[in-house]
Parts: sequence; C-alpha cells; structure tokens
Amino acid sequence: MAEYGTLRVKTGLAEMLKGGVIMDVVDAEQAQIAEEAGACAVMALERVPADIRVEGGVARMSDPQRIKEIQATVSIPVMAKCRIGHFAEAQILQELEVDYIDESEVLTPADIEHHVDKWGFTVPFVCGATNLGEALRRISEGAAMIRTKGEAGTGDIVNAVTHMRAVFGAIRTLQTLREDELYAAAKEHRAPHELVRWVAENGRLPVVTFTAGGIATPADASLCMQLGADGVFVGSGIFKSGRDLVDDRDGWIEDVSRRARAIVESTTHFDDPKVLADVSTGLGQPMVGISASSLPDDERLEVRGW
Amino acid sequence: MERPLNIGVLALQGAFREHGSVLRRLGAKVSEVRLPENLADLDGLVIPGGESTTIMHMARLYGLDDAIRQFREPVFGTCAGMIVLDREHLGLVDLEVDRNAYGRQVSSFEAEVELADGGPSLHGIFIRAPRIRELGPDIEVLAELDGEPVLVRDGRFLLSSFHPELTEDTRVHRLFLDMVEEAARVGA
Repeated sequence: MAEYGTLRVKTGLAEMLKGGVIMDVVDAEQAQIAEEAGACAVMALERVPADIRVEGGVARMSDPQRIKEIQATVSIPVMAKCRIGHFAEAQILQELEVDYIDESEVLTPADIEHHVDKWGFTVPFVCGATNLGEALRRISEGAAMIRTKGEAGTGDIVNAVTHMRAVFGAIRTLQTLREDELYAAAKEHRAPHELVRWVAENGRLPVVTFTAGGIATPADASLCMQLGADGVFVGSGIFKSGRDLVDDRDGWIEDVSRRARAIVESTTHFDDPKVLADVSTGLGQPMVGISASSLPDDERLEVRGW
Repeated sequence: MERPLNIGVLALQGAFREHGSVLRRLGAKVSEVRLPENLADLDGLVIPGGESTTIMHMARLYGLDDAIRQFREPVFGTCAGMIVLDREHLGLVDLEVDRNAYGRQVSSFEAEVELADGGPSLHGIFIRAPRIRELGPDIEVLAELDGEPVLVRDGRFLLSSFHPELTEDTRVHRLFLDMVEEAARVGA
C-alpha cells in the first residue's frame, strides 16, 4: 500500500534539491526566467523582500491565482510562503498542491508565540533558523528542511554568514561533548534532547539545510556552499539587479537571466575558482542593497521566529 | 578484487552524496563528476535524482552531455537520472518517460516494489517520480509497481524511477556494481 506524506518522502524532496538554487519569483514570467537559468525550484511570494522593505505594510501569502499561473508555466517544484503560525494560509497552499511551504519570517508573522504544527500536513515545510536551537525547534514541529536566515532583501551577505557559522559551529561543539553533557546542552539550546543527541552523533542537522538572505552574486553563493550549505535560496538578488525594468525591459531580462545562470553555475562549481571567475565577469549592476548593520531593530526580519 | 571499482557520481545538482555514501559502503572508490575530464578512468557512472532540467542545463553548459554519450561503461540513473538518459534527452536508453507523472509533491509516496525474479520486495521511495510510458523491445524489466516497470535494465544501463539511495537496502547498488565488475572483466 502506498503511503503519502511520510517524513522520508518530505525530506526526500529536499534531498533532490541539494546543490541547487531556489529563486524567489512573484509571477509566471520570473518563474520561467528562473527555470531556464537552471533553478531547481521557485518560491512564489507576493513581493520580493526588497520591495516589502520599501513599501512596508503587511506581507501575506501570494494570491492563489499567481501560484496557479506559476505552476502552469514551469515543471520544476513550486514552493510558496505562508506567514509564521498562519496554518490557514498553509492549508490553502496545500490545497493548491505547492511542493513545499516556507513558513517564513519575510512575511508579517501571524502568531508571536506558535509556529504551524507541520506534522498534520502532507506537504513538506521549510523553516528559517538563526541558530541550532531554533532549527531543532522547527524540526520538532515537523519541518522537513531548514533554511538558515540572513537579512532578506538587503543584498548584504553578512547575516547569512553569521547564522550559518552559528548553526554549523554549534553542531561541531555538540560533537565534542560527553553523552551526559547533552542534557544541559539541550536545555541551553531550548531543543528536544533526542534531536540534540542525534545531531551530536551525526554531525549535521537531520534535514537538508539551505541558506538564504542577502545572496546577490556568484561569489556569495560559493561562500555559502563552502561554509556548509546544501544549496541556496536567492530572493531579491536576481530580479532586483540589472538595468531598469521600466526603462529598458529587454535589457533587464538579459541582465537578470545572466545573473541567475551565473548563480546556478557558481552553486554547482562552488569550489572551482576558475569557473567562479568566469561566471562573475560582466554581470552588470548587482542589486544596490542596504547594509544590514544600518537597519533599525524593528526593520530586521531575521529576528522573527520563536 | 585487485582494486576497488572507480565509480563517478554526476554532481551537478541533486542527491549525489547519498549515492556516494552507499557505493563507498559497498567498497567502491567514489568521485564526483562536474566536468567532462572527470569521466576519465571511471568504471561506471551514476546519474542521481534531482531536477532533470537543472541537470541537463548544467551538463550542456560544460559539454558533459556529449561526454556522457561517449562514455562506454555502465551507467545507473535514478529518477531524474532516468529522464536524462531517455530518448528525449541524452537518447542513450530506448524508453519514453513522463516527468512528474504521479503528480506534485503531495502525491509522492513510499511503496513496496515487486521484483521480477520473485525475490523479497524492495521498499521504493517515489518523489515527484517519472513514469515509463514506452519501453523498447530489448529492455528487461527488473521490478514493477502495480504492473508498471520501475526498475529496468538495457544492456549496460540500469534505471530506476524510485530512490534506492534513500533506504538502507543496498541490493540495487550491488546489482549495479556487479554490472560494472562484469564490464571491467570483459573489457580487460
């Protein structure tokens, strides 16, 4: 008898995405550019993080119409974001048969205490984390994939690096502990002892771990891969780069396509500096970005999630 | 065995590490293939699951598509790897495949797969799996799910629509290594 929605099937899709680039897209045209550039999946959202920053307001799940158009256009997996704790949005996304749900801090949180209970869903979830404890809490709620957070929509890689180092460094530290020290470690990380012990024994998270937030260049993608990410999410870094969309539409398409292809290539060939130098050459204007350290605390997205 | 078998795993995108760890456990020497020159001196090649559009895109960029067409040793393709090898893509195996034919991720599943030789069933993990629509006359069906082929062999090619690398059962990989060993013996 066939079994659906098992943990192995949920984590299995994430295994198939490894070594790839998942690109944020707002419509079918961007999704097609992403697929042609070699993206292994697309993430549908209402607005890319850079626009959410500029325009403000409440950021929500994408309109189902947009998601259906994207699904009709590409054959690669289509993911979509729901607000933290907004299980009704998640139910709608499951009904639409998206391939993964990202319970994301980039959207405005719907619950300041609880995340979605992800075990009840057939569709798998990916969740963000800034440290090991947060990652393990999400996994204990049923997340089948983790995305280390950066500061989305800035084009500044510094926070993604900080959080990857925090997660992977904490894993290395756990591996040095004695069995009887793992109870206190679990308390310190505010995470279930069983999961802490699994991580200490295996030296990695039990699910695939991508990184996200601030990736804007091929070099950024390579840096994340070399630090231990299984793959990367790119948000504003692609579609907010290049020539001006309104003044020179064809020029914009050419620029964003070339940058998207270059980031895909640099993720596969992350440890081959010759390829990296080639694909980094002549890419045009990267997204202008904002220095993450200049953001006031109430505009930082990465701190959302509990 | 005088020397371990050299198996390359196409590492453009997808579940290449899992194949590598199963093959290492079975005693093979494993290397990752990202460029055509990485195919030199290999006794066999694995094309893993992943996104077939991404894998084909990256293969074409670096001439790995032609290099794999010229590669003469046994090849094992799982899921996306089956698609990459079919008539429509590299054209190396005489079959036609429908991509994602079981549906989107909510329709991904685990099920027991029946072996043609009557041996104990295999536990198959099917993730947005391809479905074989048409099979050339010379292709041997090694396992079926509900009467449809899911593990087939065409001479030096072994293809599965499910993911043996995600389970503890090493029988499919062992079969592939037997094919590689046999080819190496004949070739030597």
